Amino acid sequence: MRRVFAREEVCIACRLCEVACAVEHSESKHIITAMRHEHPKPISRIHVEVDGPFSFAMQCRHCEEPLCAQSCLTQALRKGEDGVVRYNPDYCIACYTCMLACPEGAIVKASRGTWKGVAKCDLCPDREIPACVAICPNEALLFGEAWEWEAMQTPAEPPILARGGHRA
Amino acid sequence: MPKYVIVGNSAGGVGAAEAIREVDPCGSLAIVSDEPTPAYSRPGIAELVAGAKTVERIVYRDDDFYRKLRIETYFGRPAVRIGLAERKVYLEDGEELEFEKLLLATGGTPIRPPMEGADRAGVLSFTTVADALALRARLAAIGSGAGGEASRVLVIGAGLIGAACSDALVRAGVKPIVVELRDRPLNLLLDEPASELARRAMVKAGVELICNATVKEVLGRPDDDRSVGGAVLADGRRTDCGAVVVAVGVRPRMDLAAKAGLKVNRGVVVDQRMETSEPGIYACGDVAEAYDCIYGGNRVVPIWPGAYRGGRVAGFNMAGRSALSEDATVMNTIKYFGMSLVSAGEINVGGQDGYETLRRLDLDGPDAGRYRKVILKDNRVVGFVFAGEIERSGIVNWLLRQKVDVSRFKDKLLSDSFDLIDLPAELRRAHYGEATISQAQRQLGWGRRLSHAASPRTNGGIISGN
Repeated sequence: MRRVFAREEVCIACRLCEVACAVEHSESKHIITAMRHEHPKPISRIHVEVDGPFSFAMQCRHCEEPLCAQSCLTQALRKGEDGVVRYNPDYCIACYTCMLACPEGAIVKASRGTWKGVAKCDLCPDREIPACVAICPNEALLFGEAWEWEAMQTPAEPPILARGGHRA
Repeated sequence: MPKYVIVGNSAGGVGAAEAIREVDPCGSLAIVSDEPTPAYSRPGIAELVAGAKTVERIVYRDDDFYRKLRIETYFGRPAVRIGLAERKVYLEDGEELEFEKLLLATGGTPIRPPMEGADRAGVLSFTTVADALALRARLAAIGSGAGGEASRVLVIGAGLIGAACSDALVRAGVKPIVVELRDRPLNLLLDEPASELARRAMVKAGVELICNATVKEVLGRPDDDRSVGGAVLADGRRTDCGAVVVAVGVRPRMDLAAKAGLKVNRGVVVDQRMETSEPGIYACGDVAEAYDCIYGGNRVVPIWPGAYRGGRVAGFNMAGRSALSEDATVMNTIKYFGMSLVSAGEINVGGQDGYETLRRLDLDGPDAGRYRKVILKDNRVVGFVFAGEIERSGIVNWLLRQKVDVSRFKDKLLSDSFDLIDLPAELRRAHYGEATISQAQRQLGWGRRLSHAASPRTNGGIISGN
């Protein structure tokens, strides 16, 4: 499955991903209407963390072994057969065990009137590319398979000749 | 074809069944349970009492779960004996189930402290859907919410179950009286300052909390002696009430294991593979005494997430995929009476040799109710309690489970805004995508596949590898 990955070396902390996420998960999906007229305000499931020159955007990584879903006291959080960890508010009892379990701190509180629960990244089911990735001006958010991303972390080995041919 | 039998149909049993089917789609799989219903969320029964959810909304898995995973169900049919020699589980109704791998996920039995009059109608437990529905029916019968002393409910125990029950009662419009044996509420889960926060929240919600007390006798009603009408505490105090909920905790239900001669201590003793002293027989959840990574040895940790994850480890091993329970320990969230509290690991070891306590407490003032305590040993987090801001508590829990040396950033752990950015770069990077790759995939050399090709390119945020 394709997931979203973060790159702190190119993130410029513009927070456009937060805006795009909140709008995508609003009722109107329209930036002005969503931010000015919807109550409660739509919340973003991605958050940008900044410390001086360093920044990156954090959201659910849809872990292979999702501790949030494994710890969920109900079946509000489940990993689908496609690998996406989804949230169903109907079953949520707002115990927040998922927050205590998530190693990424990627689950946020949400409420609407008397209803209390959480919100998390759903990889934008209505879109081909998640809204945060689509809007990121600097490719600080990437969408791809885990092995593709992993390959980017380990630079390609140079051809044998270029290394002096000392390897058989 | 392997034959798997699981006794117990709650978090542990479901966790094991899901793990078995990830590895072995074919082997026959049966779940035995003395409860007649499909799996439901046991913590969710409080929602039934509060009237916030219906029985359909607290199911732990959907209707088609057992069919989809090809599980034979033996519900409402208690298992009475394990035959080790013949590898069989005997059910009360005479059915015999042959097994090759067996999981005991039988959970716990509510503890009923001895007191006179405990057989009167209206003395209830708080562990099953049946208990919750009985409590609701009792509330309707005694006219709770309408006021009057006889319509009050007395809850014995201010631990997690007692707090869950009394919070549900408050939400249902009943003001409970809570009697606690120890000197403070939630004493096993919280340290003293956090208990104080809990006590304040309970009292503010209208709970009458009586600590250092026990119930000596349950009294009958003046008009019907067989039905609860009041209670007498050990110190002689009397109170009127229409129901008594015994919520002092559960003890491992290990009679099946003990009778079969499996090694038992406080619970059924299992190794890190969740296997008992008898090869091929596993145990998990509230019945098991399993490895706790912070305690550094085996102990009974009756929590829901631990049961599911222990069941998952057991299930993998039963189906032939090696797995170890390495990072299991206590963790709890407490959301009752409007509180926002989390705790994990060892939290009542403050002041002991070798432990360092970091602490920040705001009992009064603008940040009232905010509390953070982190306990370190050898610069590794072994326990923490947070009240107030809990959204990033999972990161600290990760540091605890992974036994990360926090000496370089421990000053930041007490900040409400503590986040991944506060970690050193190499620890931070572990969160950009690593968690998505499982150990098995790593062993298969994921990410090395492209090593001789050019680095993957990106286009508009999409990675294109080949």
